Amino acid sequence: MTQKTDSNVYTVVFAVVMVVVVGSILAFLASALRPNIKENERFEKQQNILYAMGVNENGDDAGSVNFIPTDVVEDEFSSYIKEQLVIQGDKITEDNEAYLIDLKKQLANIKKGEPYKLPVFIGEKDGKKFYIIPMYGKGLWDAIWGFIALDDTMTVQGVYFDHKGETPGLGANIKMRYFMDDFKGETILDGTQYAGIAVAKGNNDPLNNTKDDNEVDALAGATITGNGVSAMIKETVKLYKPYLETIRAK
Amino acid sequence: MALLSKKDTNLITDPLADNNPITIQVLGICSALAITAELKASLVMAISVMFVLGAGNVVISLMRNIIPSKIRIIVQLIVVATLVIIVDQVLKAFAYELSKTLAVFVGLIITNCIIMGRFEAFALANGPWRSFLDGIGNSLGYGVILIIVGFFRELLGSGTLFGIPVLGDPIMKTGLYATGYENNGFMIIPPAALIVVGIIIWVQRSRNPALVEEN
Repeated sequence: MTQKTDSNVYTVVFAVVMVVVVGSILAFLASALRPNIKENERFEKQQNILYAMGVNENGDDAGSVNFIPTDVVEDEFSSYIKEQLVIQGDKITEDNEAYLIDLKKQLANIKKGEPYKLPVFIGEKDGKKFYIIPMYGKGLWDAIWGFIALDDTMTVQGVYFDHKGETPGLGANIKMRYFMDDFKGETILDGTQYAGIAVAKGNNDPLNNTKDDNEVDALAGATITGNGVSAMIKETVKLYKPYLETIRAK
Repeated sequence: MALLSKKDTNLITDPLADNNPITIQVLGICSALAITAELKASLVMAISVMFVLGAGNVVISLMRNIIPSKIRIIVQLIVVATLVIIVDQVLKAFAYELSKTLAVFVGLIITNCIIMGRFEAFALANGPWRSFLDGIGNSLGYGVILIIVGFFRELLGSGTLFGIPVLGDPIMKTGLYATGYENNGFMIIPPAALIVVGIIIWVQRSRNPALVEEN
């Protein structure tokens, strides 16, 4: 039995029509939803930055990560974040949209040897100053990123991590509160060296009582993601070192 | 009158037991190994696959008479990918938090062989209603195994269920841990899932010898 669907002409026409139809549906959808998605991403960045400096709605239960609600995040962001700076070589300028800078692009520029911008956010809460720095690196499957909030002694006041596609239950746990909370109080300095903080297996400190060892306890089953986090912090600290030197309390 | 005829009911119940997509057809193993380290991820994956397989089966079934057989696999792939991208984009615009949770599953859904397997084996030859039931049935069968595996892996590997500690605190040595019990770190890595799935297959086949192939 030969059907009309077996002919070559039909096959080619079908393929072309299918691609055009599906392509236009997706293109239409993407452009129609773009403003909404952009806004959600903007809110998310603000929530993440505030989360790192401890402005969040985390309860006493150690389990969940709770952000400032999206409907108030914009006001909170402008009241807590006092300055947004952009570092370009030796020049530091203020830019109220610095938080929208795509760090991935800037890191690509560095690789290509082109000029780049590094954003820093200065937050203030209860009279204390926080220097919040964005981070970007790679985990096991895809990108990981986050924010780290430091004070002027280079002690970590809070972090936020996120990832694109780490394994649920293993690498994805970097965005769990118990992991992020471990970084609080750690220092990125080893003596006078900017060492960063390593996610270490076998540091024999699951409760993370030792705060000056530049190490936090690793996640079981997520070695490569953990190494990615260590490398990301190290790279970021290296990149921001000249700026950190200027704010560090001597 | 019953809502479903007996034949239709079988479409739902068969994949739950004697024609299970994972343990009998051995489809969808990759995602069963990858995401069952915790119960919550298993559940999310099961629900997502149910949605995509149900909707995809209907779409493919409606198109079954116009799809050229030479390029049918590519057409199926496009249908799955389109469905998943549409859902992903809509969630990103209107339920951002949920979309963040599901983001890691998107790639796993598109590459899930159960979906292509059911399109190819069932939806191309049956009407939309029966295809829909087949999709729901198979994703339930898939989900049941995922949840069983997730239950044992999370309980034995982390001592928690849905992230809630049920055996005490492994660091403070309370509850069961006070007696010297330790979490089995092996359970949270993917090979453990293979062993749990193997045990399920073993149990299932020894209860129903008809399932055992003759050599």
